[in-house]
Amino acid sequence: MALYIVALQEGFLYGILALGIYLSLRVLNLPDLTTEGSFGFGAAIAAITAAAGHPMLSLLFAVLAGAAAGMTTGLLQTKLKIHPVLAGIITMNGLYTVNLMAMGTTNLSIGSANSLFRMLYKCFTLTPYEKKLMGAAAAAVMGLLVLALMILFFKTHLGMCIRATGDNPDMVRASSINADRTKLVGLCISNALVALSGALIVHYSGYADINASSGTLVYGLAAVIIGETIFGRSGPTRGLIAAMTGSVVYKLIVTLVVDWNLFGEYSANMMKLMCAVIVACTLAIPAVRQYGWQKKLMREAKKHA
Amino acid sequence: MLELRGLEKTFARGTVNAHTALRQVSLHLQHGEFVTVIGSNGAGKSTLFNAICGTFLCDAGHILLDGKDITFLPEHTRARQIGRVFQDPMKGTAPGMTIEENMALAYTRAHSGPFSMALSKKKFRLFRDALARYEMGLEDRMKTKVGLLSGGQRQVVTLLMCTLVTPRLLLLDEHTAALDPATAEKIMAITNQIVRENNITTMMITHNIRSALTTGSRTIMMDAGQIILDLSGEEREQMTMERLLKMYSEKKKEELDNDRMLLG
Repeated sequence: MALYIVALQEGFLYGILALGIYLSLRVLNLPDLTTEGSFGFGAAIAAITAAAGHPMLSLLFAVLAGAAAGMTTGLLQTKLKIHPVLAGIITMNGLYTVNLMAMGTTNLSIGSANSLFRMLYKCFTLTPYEKKLMGAAAAAVMGLLVLALMILFFKTHLGMCIRATGDNPDMVRASSINADRTKLVGLCISNALVALSGALIVHYSGYADINASSGTLVYGLAAVIIGETIFGRSGPTRGLIAAMTGSVVYKLIVTLVVDWNLFGEYSANMMKLMCAVIVACTLAIPAVRQYGWQKKLMREAKKHA
Repeated sequence: MLELRGLEKTFARGTVNAHTALRQVSLHLQHGEFVTVIGSNGAGKSTLFNAICGTFLCDAGHILLDGKDITFLPEHTRARQIGRVFQDPMKGTAPGMTIEENMALAYTRAHSGPFSMALSKKKFRLFRDALARYEMGLEDRMKTKVGLLSGGQRQVVTLLMCTLVTPRLLLLDEHTAALDPATAEKIMAITNQIVRENNITTMMITHNIRSALTTGSRTIMMDAGQIILDLSGEEREQMTMERLLKMYSEKKKEELDNDRMLLG
């Protein structure tokens, strides 16, 4: 049971990452590969700030760092007209070195006194099990707070403009919306969310690792897609809720696999392959359904022939 | 109102594909004037609209709107004053957003800051009333995604979005060409109504010569990047389709290819 509560906690923290991916992938309609770099960037900046004894500030700095990463990709795309995918790859690659230089090492521990989660546990006297419950609750509060903020944001005029930019570039070009600026703002917010997620994971695990960000993009993709199969594709309110839910569901599935040892002794080492399989399968569902429907149609036609 | 002074535009300048799309185009529009623009394909009509909207910068010449030089203003800044409807109904609206959201997008951009709420009950009523006037049954479908509407309905929404906040200049680029004849007629009637009520300075490209002569107050004909004919007043009233075509071929000094200009 404790395993699943931890999964819940991770699910909500990574859910913020999923919100960021949802924004770039579905709302802006831009595959933004910066994610892989900005997650680590957020983690690195949060780790050095927290290790220096400023755990609260670490979240703020991580958000700013993520926004800066998004801004870089955005400027490459809009002002220098570099293909969106390439722009993301360029930033992501550069950030790896930046992260390494910022941390000064491949793995930086922040010390238990500086972890926000451990600070919270210290305020109460808790059994280990209660600590896990508390952690999950805190993560849920954080995740839902960010979710609510994002839902609200997409109801504002600026949020609406960002949606329109992804929905119909032709229309935006002919309207008074500055498409370059909305793209830039969108990418900044998206990567700020990703970096915030990275920072919270540092507080959750107690350290930042240079390789922690690898696979975050596919993870976010999986969360968004799982969420969409549950909730369907609709407006941003539903989409954001779906992304957050997808993240939690994904973590629960992974935990289930490990807990039941579905793949034998290798279960814990199969994360990435599993992630890839889950994403591929969920993406394939509509096409497979279509084939089934066509087959059925042909069978019926034969019957009546 | 709108003044074009010696606009020049050559695409792919300096290459073998160099193509001069606008040659010394000068035009003066009075406030509230409704000008129809005709000409064969490739005459430079849409290029002229693109130049006015700022899709590209012209090689030479000046564009003045309300006495202000907008020659080098970016496209989105000009769009605050210029409404534009394209031939393709898919171009003017965001398909994944509802009618209400699309209209809010067009409305709030002139009325509030970036973090103000885009939707409200007051705006909902305003949009619904605006839609109800055109009897397309759209007022009951405010929460419907625009992508689910027909081309004609989308064009009405686009037209309303462009004129919800009265623009200084309205550019209609064959906005009824992709619609069936009955819908096209209806959209034209709505266009006339909107333009007349708000006294909007308007330019409309059309391939329907009959409607070019009956709509609005002035007709210009373009050919090879130039304005070759400018009709208004009595001269225009007495103009018939046949005479116009004759004048066109005389100006071109060659017979008009029926393929290139659809007879109204």
